[in-house]
Amino acid sequence: MSLFTEPFLTALVLGAVTAGLPLLLAGLGEQMSERAGVLNVGIEGMMLAGAYGGFLVAYRSGSIPLGLFGGATCGGLVAALMALFCVRLALSQIVVGIALTLAAEGLTALLHHVQFSQTYPRLPAAATLPIPLLSAMPVVGPALFDRPLIVYLALACVPALSRLYRETHFGLALQAAGDAPAALDAAGVDVLRTRMAAVLATGVLAGTGGAFMAEIGAGLFVPFMTNGAGFIGIVLAMLARGRPLWVLWGALLFGMCLSLATALQVVGVDIPSDVIQMIPFAAVMAVLVAFGRRASLPAALGVPYRRGER
Amino acid sequence: MTAAQPRRDPLVSMRGITKRFPGVTANENVDLVLRPGEVHVLLGENGAGKSTLVGMLAGLQQPDAGTISIGGRSERIDSPGRALAFGIGTVFQHSMLVPSLSVLDNLALGGSWWRKPDRAGLVARLREMCRDIGIEVDPDVVVGSLSLGERQQVEILRALLRGSQVLILDEATAMLTPKGAEDLGVLMRRLVARGLGVVLITHKLNEAVTYGDRISVLRLGRNVGEIGPTALASLDRKSATDEIVRLMFGVDSRSTTEEASDRRDAHAINTSNPPPVSEEQPESPSPLWRGVRGEGRDALTDAFLCPPTQVFQPSPLTPLHKGEGNSFHASEICAACSAALSVEHLSVDDPLMPLADISLRVAPGEILGIAGIDGNGQKQFAEALAGQRPVRAGTIRLDGHQVGQLDVAARHALGLRYVTDDRLGEGTVAAFPLAINLVLKEIGARPFWVGGWQRSATIDTHARKLVADFDIRTPDIQTPIGKLSGGNIQRALLARELEGPARVVIFAKPTSGLDAQNAQATRRRIRDAAASGVAALLISTDLEELLAVCDRIAVMRQGRIVGVVLNDGMARQCVGEMMSGA
Amino acid sequence: MTTGRVEAPTRREADLYATSSRTILLALAPILVALTLAGALLLALGVDPLTYYGYVLQRGLLSPLGFEGTITRMAPLLLLAASLIVAFQAGIWNLGGDGQFLLGALTAAAAGPPLAAHLPVSAALLLCLIVGAGVGAVWALLPALLRAYQGVNEIITTLMMSFLGVSFANVLVKLVFRDTTTTVPQTRTLPVADRLPRLFDTTVTSGVLIGLVAIVVVQLVITRTAFGLRLRVVGANARAAVHAGLPVPRLVVAAFVISAGLAGLAGAVEILGVEGNVRADWNPAFSLTVVPLVFLARFNGFAAIFFVFLFSVLSIGGESAAHRMGVPSFFNLVIVALVLVLLALAEYLGGRRLSGPVA
Repeated sequence: MSLFTEPFLTALVLGAVTAGLPLLLAGLGEQMSERAGVLNVGIEGMMLAGAYGGFLVAYRSGSIPLGLFGGATCGGLVAALMALFCVRLALSQIVVGIALTLAAEGLTALLHHVQFSQTYPRLPAAATLPIPLLSAMPVVGPALFDRPLIVYLALACVPALSRLYRETHFGLALQAAGDAPAALDAAGVDVLRTRMAAVLATGVLAGTGGAFMAEIGAGLFVPFMTNGAGFIGIVLAMLARGRPLWVLWGALLFGMCLSLATALQVVGVDIPSDVIQMIPFAAVMAVLVAFGRRASLPAALGVPYRRGER
Repeated sequence: MTAAQPRRDPLVSMRGITKRFPGVTANENVDLVLRPGEVHVLLGENGAGKSTLVGMLAGLQQPDAGTISIGGRSERIDSPGRALAFGIGTVFQHSMLVPSLSVLDNLALGGSWWRKPDRAGLVARLREMCRDIGIEVDPDVVVGSLSLGERQQVEILRALLRGSQVLILDEATAMLTPKGAEDLGVLMRRLVARGLGVVLITHKLNEAVTYGDRISVLRLGRNVGEIGPTALASLDRKSATDEIVRLMFGVDSRSTTEEASDRRDAHAINTSNPPPVSEEQPESPSPLWRGVRGEGRDALTDAFLCPPTQVFQPSPLTPLHKGEGNSFHASEICAACSAALSVEHLSVDDPLMPLADISLRVAPGEILGIAGIDGNGQKQFAEALAGQRPVRAGTIRLDGHQVGQLDVAARHALGLRYVTDDRLGEGTVAAFPLAINLVLKEIGARPFWVGGWQRSATIDTHARKLVADFDIRTPDIQTPIGKLSGGNIQRALLARELEGPARVVIFAKPTSGLDAQNAQATRRRIRDAAASGVAALLISTDLEELLAVCDRIAVMRQGRIVGVVLNDGMARQCVGEMMSGA
Repeated sequence: MTTGRVEAPTRREADLYATSSRTILLALAPILVALTLAGALLLALGVDPLTYYGYVLQRGLLSPLGFEGTITRMAPLLLLAASLIVAFQAGIWNLGGDGQFLLGALTAAAAGPPLAAHLPVSAALLLCLIVGAGVGAVWALLPALLRAYQGVNEIITTLMMSFLGVSFANVLVKLVFRDTTTTVPQTRTLPVADRLPRLFDTTVTSGVLIGLVAIVVVQLVITRTAFGLRLRVVGANARAAVHAGLPVPRLVVAAFVISAGLAGLAGAVEILGVEGNVRADWNPAFSLTVVPLVFLARFNGFAAIFFVFLFSVLSIGGESAAHRMGVPSFFNLVIVALVLVLLALAEYLGGRRLSGPVA
């Protein structure tokens, strides 16, 4: 097959990592919230806030790392609202999640309009941190080993979170908060604090993901640019059933499909990107139809915890 | 019972505790002093305020007035974590373990956030503790796969590993077999021997007398008396029981309860403690309803052994023991033609507790009890009969007609009724009006719906009639049923299921969670229904209740009927043994 | 002071009065506070909020053209509100409204021109509406069956199907139904004469009547019929539904199909009444913005009409204001989000909680 030339494969893998990384961060973040029993529908808003905030900080300061940090902070701020409303005040998680998403969409678009009107200034390309030897490999070298630091950090989150879930008290507390919050409370651990920590972490991860999308993926900010990435994160988290590694595979699969159209254009094949974008969704539906059954979601997912209520 | 301990300083004392919920005063000026080396029984009927009181010790609620002092210092227990830190461990009625975690990880919960749980160290301490108190637990098994008794042991272990000085056991025996309860009794003795203070909360009188070194009685949220170790040791079983009965129900129970019920009913607000709403009075002078049949017998002092012929295993259709002087004779009951309900070789699939080869017959006017520890297939059986779950094999006949293939509504219309024990979980839709809940099983049927359109006037008339007939106390028939008290919700369910052409009625734990008067009223309804020719199936975990009400008692264990006995003098012993598989 | 004796209202009347005034307060207070907060945001942006709101009111409500635009905008929103009410009342999170809407719209756009050429206009339109609703319903069948018979969470599946539907609609526009006579990828345009008739002598499409009828019918069916009560029992307490012997899986599928059918119908109405064709990448994403309105209305159809009207005024007026006053129409999203958060807060403070379908 002449299709699988080196430029094509390089573009494909590079694109898959670039497009998949925000999904990975969103999925990992959502997974943390869901583990703790919070269905975080506001994640789309957190990503968008991260994308806008990250872009703005990077644009004004000229520093991509600072921008990523700013994005993480913005995501965290939206998450703080989510934590306040849904965990502390026990309001409906889905209603507040949708509200925060709409608010982030409206506010970022509005602020962008006020600052830049109809222009979309670009950021310079992010500096990469090539890993000696590995970066010289064909295809995976440029795609994986000659990337900005954040790429390595995001990938490192996968084993780190796996360890966190299995090997720390916090990990146990998260699982308990999702499965049997009253039991966690009885064991003397503050359920609300555990859940709020999880939601905040979700915001930071999703915000970073959004910032990555704007600063490194696209190099600019466009209103509504996350375009459902947060919702894909929710789907990834639900399908991965608590395993960070599965989120990684899912994110790469989605990323691959998103980048396939671009990669095909590199070699001159013109298929509407919509066709390829359908593949991951169709694949997930097929998986659900084939292996349906009850997804093993945490027992208390979506249910606010109030002490003394059963 | 141990001899009186030398006086020691109290571990925890609660003074003048008052706790109010909207419309209800759950505790009023209650004192409770817990001392080391004692099993302190907190006794009272459902709704007396026991759970609220220990909820405050466990950090789940805060008192509105009064002080809690621990080791002599006044303290505020504002979270379960604080309670643990003060050395107060609680084993709640419903398991407070995370089912998806292993025993070990459940015990590890609560360490500092970023640390790795010290699993090896914990296992070592666990082993040592197990040895000390003489129980065995596998640390690596997932809690979800443990029995309720085993979970309880794990919770006790957890409290001990946290260094608890006070251990609160909330209705600890409710989920246990008689044997399991006995083991728990032994364990409690070992714990108090180590200097712990154990609080046993119960509404069962015999448990109080059996296990307690000291007994405090709560009634309507107030202290009504305490019997100390010295007094308790000096009384024999009978006089101790009499004394407690006097305390629990009081000579003046009539005026007190009526006043209270009026006050609470006016608000009709549902709280965790169903307010005692009732007009019926306990059957004075011995207000305990037990003794209707099992009069004067006390199993704990009885030494009768079950004659082998008394137990029919595994075929319940074998001609029954000829009961002396019993109103029902085996020949009457077992004649197939006369059975209102006959179940043959019924098997039902269920991941938790499948049913195998169940055969039963209930005659019109008969009350057949189903005894057994919770979770031995009673729920599955009731649901299969009512049509809520598919049947794998076997037949169900109502008045001789096969009904196994009919749906719930059709069976309901034919007179096969099911009063569920999960009143708010499945019996009612809490947010819907009482009037709608009363026709919940007839949606779409005439005369309440015509051509699919709701006839609200008809539904309301029907509701008003049932409210009057069954004395359901509600501000309005449009009041959401969830706002009614537990007793009134049960009346509404009874109204729905007994109304019209009821032929066979399944009562699942009909008195659980009700105060004595409402329980009394409920049992009277069951007897009245039977007297009018209804075949009643009474599922209960309370042996006293079954002995008091039933004509025959079947025992369920592990999804099977392990035997059926006539409710005569031997029944108590036989049923108890069959329940625990002895 | 009034003279003469006033009959003391009975307790029930007093309660009813208290309840309804409380309900209105709980619904209106968040809106007023949201408008105030949004006004502060406008101030920060250097726009006088009073002038802005005045302009929005003028253009969305008081000017004839604006008012007509507002009423026209209500048509798809009313249908989507009806769609969500059916789903939410039955305890189903149908978050896939956008996909169902777009596919319904595309079906109507694809079928419209050829049908109009061969059939009388009214028959063609009726057929288009039916087919649009049908395709919307079909698109929800997979999530419906998975939820009803396998217990697969419908939030995942409806979202997936929504993304899939949006992409699929684009593919169809670009590859199958593309109008080859234009350079932009879009479907053939339905001639104005073949569209849904306009009301009286205005620009208002009769689609709004379809929307009104749909939401009133939904409201009546939900509150007055056995079928509606069955759906509500399933939604309020699925275990009670099993206990009462309701065929829960079938009811779930029915609710899904009706809900998605209404969403598809909304798309068809928008095309046949307003747009005339589907352009590639056209996705107004109405569905998610209607969710707050439905919550605000507490799933009550009549109340939803009012809130849809209010939102339409804001969005039509806001779109005009965007040109004139430099405030982009995204501003409406902020207002809607603020209303939603404040509504939830008001419920919290009022001691009741928003309880949508249980996830």
